[in-house]
Amino acid sequence: MRKYIVKRFIYMIVLLAIMSVFAFVVIQLPPGDYLTSYIASLQQQMGEVDESVVLNLRKQYGMDRPMWQQYFLWMRNMFQGNFGESFQWRQPVKTLIATRMPMTIVLSLITLLFAYAVAVPIGIYSARHQYSIGDYVASILGFVGLATPSFFLALILMYYSNRYLGLSVGGFYSPEFQNAPWSFARLWDLCKHLPIPVIVIGLASMANVIRILRATLLDELKRPYVVAARARGLKENKMIYRYPVRVALNPIISSIGSILPSIVSGATVTAIVLDIPTVGSLLYNALLSQDMYLAGACVIMLTAITIVGTFISDILLVVVDPRIRLQ
Amino acid sequence: MNEYILQVKNLKTWFRLDTGTLKAVDDVTFSLKRNETIGIIGESGCGKSVTAHSILRTVQNPGKVLGGEILYDDGSRLADLVNYKPDSREMRHLRGREISMIFQEPMASLAPVYTIGAQMMEAVMVHQDKKDKMAAKDACMEMLRAVGMPDPEQKFNSYPHQMSGGQCQRAMIALAMVNRPRILIADEPTTALDVTVQAQITDLMKRFQKEYNMSIIYITHDMGVIAEMADTIAVMYLGRVVESGSVKAIFQNPLHPYTRGLLKSMPVLGNKTGEKLNAIEGNVPVPLDPPEECGFCSRCPNRTPECGAGIPSLKEVEPGHLVRCFHV
Repeated sequence: MRKYIVKRFIYMIVLLAIMSVFAFVVIQLPPGDYLTSYIASLQQQMGEVDESVVLNLRKQYGMDRPMWQQYFLWMRNMFQGNFGESFQWRQPVKTLIATRMPMTIVLSLITLLFAYAVAVPIGIYSARHQYSIGDYVASILGFVGLATPSFFLALILMYYSNRYLGLSVGGFYSPEFQNAPWSFARLWDLCKHLPIPVIVIGLASMANVIRILRATLLDELKRPYVVAARARGLKENKMIYRYPVRVALNPIISSIGSILPSIVSGATVTAIVLDIPTVGSLLYNALLSQDMYLAGACVIMLTAITIVGTFISDILLVVVDPRIRLQ
Repeated sequence: MNEYILQVKNLKTWFRLDTGTLKAVDDVTFSLKRNETIGIIGESGCGKSVTAHSILRTVQNPGKVLGGEILYDDGSRLADLVNYKPDSREMRHLRGREISMIFQEPMASLAPVYTIGAQMMEAVMVHQDKKDKMAAKDACMEMLRAVGMPDPEQKFNSYPHQMSGGQCQRAMIALAMVNRPRILIADEPTTALDVTVQAQITDLMKRFQKEYNMSIIYITHDMGVIAEMADTIAVMYLGRVVESGSVKAIFQNPLHPYTRGLLKSMPVLGNKTGEKLNAIEGNVPVPLDPPEECGFCSRCPNRTPECGAGIPSLKEVEPGHLVRCFHV
């Protein structure tokens, strides 16, 4: 057990290191960099720009060095807590991410909980009542949920909740609470703003979980141990939850690792439409303006969440499934 | 007190499918005496397992018990299990406590995510009025020892995948026996095990039968095992009992052509004549919307035009020996 966790932990670190290289390469891929466009705008404003100014700027940002040196410089700074400067925001990347990361994580966790809380009972119902009307309704809704573009759903929900429920929509807070100190009123305001993003972002993963759970539970329900448990005199409901559902939950638990990143980053479009300040929308803007340090840091953060999520789901899986513990 | 602990009469369990009605069990009749063993024998797909599940009312959807009687005598009164709903209190009360079942695939019949102990404890506690963990644990350990489980203390905390097939079957038997049932249904309990383990398991069941005054329904397609285990035999073909009687009557005076075929297809130890084993021509048809004729007529060596005219009834040809054939 301990060996397994240590092994997984080492994998996680190695994977993070590899991913940091990828992140670096990805942000370097687009032609030109922030400086090129910055110099171009300088040229527009002041006509000629002196070669030495350009060179100085390049030196200042370490862009005159070879690529691999730039990577190690970037990594070294990151370990010292220095994520670099955002060209566009003219702020340290660290500050930018620190203001957005907590709410991004909160939103993701709530979305994850919501998706599972709704999807697991529906999946169980669908499997137990295969081909019933309820199963068909759940399947149709599930497919619709998978197929609906999230920004579109976001727009619809925003319109209706503003029009008929009179809620202030968009962002995490109403304008009057935007910069207010924490209070119950502000928390309540936040709670009123959360349902739309949670539903919109959670819907696709919900549909996914329903499909996975329905399929695995249908398989499990046919297994001899289910019949054997029934033949022991257990109540049908209790038996279903204690035996096949328990086994069918394993793939769901292992899917946390893959669902988490899609919730964190896949929410980007939704975040832009709903104007909620998450890391996803920050990354999007950073990529558009070739704000390389900001983009790199965002990519690293999102990968870290994914990898840590997978690590956590691996450990959870060991806890719930004794068959894995053995290896 | 009734001589019979269980009487099954004209049992019908049908599966209504999109493609038609699958008459898995269609008119099964047999009786089980106290402290005796009845062997139910037949080829795969003849309805043996469905019969067993019909008794416990654990037939999987879309199968339904649609007719007949299953009369169970618990010593004080006679109950017809057909009248109970599958998930009713009455049925749950009987399952695992009065009537237990052991299954074909011991590995797959134990839940993979719980220890043997946890599953046994649950089987005991579900039938306790006052939940007593200590007493339940004692009962489980005693039974694990009784089935000859090696290192029972450790096996109590083991998962099925940590044990061998034989150990799993011992665990299954311990699980089925832990409440000292009056009837044990054994659905091909040794099919998945190798021969030496088979013998140990059948010996174990015979020992338990004596110790706990238990009646056994032993389902198998192995004539040899049945000759050793059973007091009476019911031969099934295509969802019906075609012949039943004492072991002696069936083995020495088989009357139904199917029973004769089965006996002829048995290898005899020490037979050096070099003859090929007799095989019954053809395959068991699928009883999907079967025609109104003798179920065996498509493969019967003695068929006459009369055989396609209707379903023969089960006739008593000598006391306790019943045959379903037009020609006896």
